[in-house]
Amino acid sequence: MKKARILWDLFFTFMQVGGLTFGGGYAMLPILQREVVEKRGWATDEELTDYFAVGQCTPGIIAVNTATFVGQKQAGILGGIVATLGVVAPSLVIISILAGFINTFAELAVVKNAFAGIRVCVCVLIFNAVCKLWKGSVKSRLALVIFMVVTLGSLFLDLSPILFVVVATVLGIGLEQFKTSSRKKEGEA
Amino acid sequence: MILLQLYWEFFKTGLFAVGGGLATLPFLSQMADKTGWFTQGQLMDMVAVSESTPGPLGINMATYVGFSTSGVPGALAATLGLITPSIIIILIIASFLKAFRSNRYVDSAFRCLRPASTGLIAASGLSVAVITFYTAVPAGILAGVQWKAVLLAVLLLVVTRVIPQTKKLHPVIWIALSALLGIVFSFAGA
Repeated sequence: MKKARILWDLFFTFMQVGGLTFGGGYAMLPILQREVVEKRGWATDEELTDYFAVGQCTPGIIAVNTATFVGQKQAGILGGIVATLGVVAPSLVIISILAGFINTFAELAVVKNAFAGIRVCVCVLIFNAVCKLWKGSVKSRLALVIFMVVTLGSLFLDLSPILFVVVATVLGIGLEQFKTSSRKKEGEA
Repeated sequence: MILLQLYWEFFKTGLFAVGGGLATLPFLSQMADKTGWFTQGQLMDMVAVSESTPGPLGINMATYVGFSTSGVPGALAATLGLITPSIIIILIIASFLKAFRSNRYVDSAFRCLRPASTGLIAASGLSVAVITFYTAVPAGILAGVQWKAVLLAVLLLVVTRVIPQTKKLHPVIWIALSALLGIVFSFAGA
């Protein structure tokens, strides 16, 4: 009974996330922070950044990857599947309804104007979301350098995000290795 | 049969499109040429529609292609095909992460990954911000600034960050308000 309750909560919460994400991908972050971190306590801001990082270098859509992660953590494999179905449900319904006049929909003046307004809102919401993530992720001078390099690099160079994720991972592992070996040397000396 | 084919084609897209969002685009473009289920023009329309409806582009596209080829069952088959690889891969990674979370190498890797991940999000936000607040015009830099958008952004920053009574409100309120203001003041100039 309790399990059914969690599954329903997962489906319903991720349905809201899917339904309120305009523009896909990162635009879902503010809604995720609100619903999953603050309201449900299913993950922390740091875990969300981890999921996004992993989502960058694994196949598939980030929204789906994040839903699977959070669902799995709460209620195992079934939880992962249910949360993912929740996140895609609004798209299935909305696009099936719009399918008939999809070509004209995006051309409607009212849709264009509404979305130009929404886009401003998405920018502000992403800015707020990044400020929150910043607190959990940029805690050292090294982290600040990584943040700056990745932000500028990703903005001005046409490089795949996978590259940044892989380099950061290698750097992290390398640093730990370096620390370990220098500690060993100190021990020997 | 067509349902299986839809499932399989979108399964492959879900398996190979890494990075989300527009990463599915080249695969969909290839699918258009190969299967004839939709045209390149329809794909471009869909990119526009996905930007003005909720939900990720890949999912919207899968639903649209599935629906127009064989109705609701088609929409379901294509969408399920697209998400199946992610679900399987993430479930494997999630259990792996759980087992290795306390490993100091994994921990150190994540300490470098987090600022990188935050940087990627910031960059993606900035590139949206550039098109939102600025349109290149020959008249000069200042003439290209979208003042209506800038004003709205300032208003939103104040209500979401400064005023204690409105700070905790659900983001959907601000999305709806922005859509409304966009229509009233014709933000797209349309």
